[in-house]
Amino acid sequence: MIAEHTPLMIEMAEKTVHNSVYTTLFFDFAIDFRPGQFVMLWLPGVDEKPYSLSYHSPTRFGITIEAKGRFSRRAVALAPGGLMGIRGPFGNGFDIVSSPHTAVVAGGCGMAPLAPLVTKLHPDLCFIHGARTKEFILFPDRFDMTRHISTDDGSLGHKGLVTDLLAAEIQYRRVQNQPQFDMVYACGPEMMMHAVFTLCESHRIPCQVSLERYMRCGFGVCGACVCGDRVVCTDGPVFDSKQLRNMADFNRTALLKSGGAVPLSDYVSWRCQ
Amino acid sequence: MDRVTFLGRQLKNPLVLASGILGNNAGILERVHKAGCGLVTMKSIGPGPRDGHNNPTVIDLGFGMINAVGLPTPGHDHMDAEWQALSGRTFPLNASIYGGSVEEFVQVARFVSEQGPEFIEINISCPNSDRHGMLFGVDEKAAFAVTDAVKRVIAVPLIAKLTPAAPDIGKIARACEDAGADAICAINTAGPGMVIDIEARMPVLAFKKGGLSGPMIKPVAVRCVYDIYRAVSIPIIGLGGVTTGEDAVEMFMAGATLVGMGSAVRYRGIEVFDQVNRELADWLTDHHVTRDEIIGAAHDRRHTP
Repeated sequence: MIAEHTPLMIEMAEKTVHNSVYTTLFFDFAIDFRPGQFVMLWLPGVDEKPYSLSYHSPTRFGITIEAKGRFSRRAVALAPGGLMGIRGPFGNGFDIVSSPHTAVVAGGCGMAPLAPLVTKLHPDLCFIHGARTKEFILFPDRFDMTRHISTDDGSLGHKGLVTDLLAAEIQYRRVQNQPQFDMVYACGPEMMMHAVFTLCESHRIPCQVSLERYMRCGFGVCGACVCGDRVVCTDGPVFDSKQLRNMADFNRTALLKSGGAVPLSDYVSWRCQ
Repeated sequence: MDRVTFLGRQLKNPLVLASGILGNNAGILERVHKAGCGLVTMKSIGPGPRDGHNNPTVIDLGFGMINAVGLPTPGHDHMDAEWQALSGRTFPLNASIYGGSVEEFVQVARFVSEQGPEFIEINISCPNSDRHGMLFGVDEKAAFAVTDAVKRVIAVPLIAKLTPAAPDIGKIARACEDAGADAICAINTAGPGMVIDIEARMPVLAFKKGGLSGPMIKPVAVRCVYDIYRAVSIPIIGLGGVTTGEDAVEMFMAGATLVGMGSAVRYRGIEVFDQVNRELADWLTDHHVTRDEIIGAAHDRRHTP
């Protein structure tokens, strides 16, 4: 059984290469999971990293990986039948609001943890998805509902930011006297999530965002992932508006592997190596 | 509140956060203090910067943990913002330090002392580095030398953190006391141990070996505190597997003045400090005794009911 203790070595059953950027590894295994939770994925002899699940059913789950570092390149190079270690799931997951008036805002690979959430939300949700370019739009055909897309270079959808689209949606609802969003869910670069949070705050709309920090234990003891006085692996990774208001390090500071606190931009450069 | 005086400082209760648990920034240290911890300990600071080991570094075995995080540190003189944030703190602070040589210990200790923590704890007991720590904690002469050298350059009380790997931990504690240590903290993680994944056919930890902590090592910790109590007259911070109020009572009876917790955060959350304070108070009330009356009680037949 996959549990929070020692990693369970399991076979990767199937690999879907979406494009040159994203690959999903599927495992035919049951795992007790709520959208927004994550697992620690171990490649023996290489490293162990936190990944959210991008697919989940009673008998199968998937992890979508953007190959850009030493670990992720090795992970996507694995052939079906290969073994990987999994422990988890860890973290709190999203608080699911049943209202038809919700929005999901995904940025780049931030789509991965949001995908299992989308399937649990009311189908009338407003779905906004942005990325650098068309190639970085993950799962373009996975869902039936309309997706409002933006790209930095304009290669697909609106040329600009996801917050442009979200602001327009909020404004439209206001002008049309329609019910406002009861919840906005966001995952993507921290700068984007902060922009979503700020926009929501100005309209008094609650939001939930999923943070990322360098992690070791995954269960709240080692302190590697602290963000202010919050422990991202156990208090999060999902945080709501109320918590974000008091989180001084949100969009500002993160810890390197050494534990040294640096500006978020320096942390992001390190993580992208 | 169950106030206690320790080495001349007032603590709101006798519970201590073990080094290496959370302890990474001022915000989380304050939160642990507010959650009922009398004395919080920073993650060990070395001359760094040092990244520590690759993952897996920390694994929960259910009955305790195994870890080889590998002493990551920004480096004592690369933490300006953190020292600044801590300078305005409202809670007592124990700064854990380490070095790879007596000279490095002295260099870090001198700097850290100037930052004004209430206590400095020398980590002479970490099993998770080839070069640091534990060498000093298993040899009386080395323990004396590093304690003596650090004591000379710091302006705050010195706590020596010991390893159960010492063949005779009482002798090491005595050497530290002779060198001027103001208190002993015991124990650091036990072992080191190893967990092999039989499908991967390799150790789970990237460093292969790691220190053991949590409930599985409590009997080792209790025995160590018991031995140290008989060997020294300075106070002892007893820790290793303490998770409940009754575990704390056991540590006091072995001879501890304060009781630390670390892995317990895994099993009961940060709230464990408030919970153990309550459980301890309830036990003392039920037994019509004070904490002072049970310290070292297991050594003295007169305390047998």
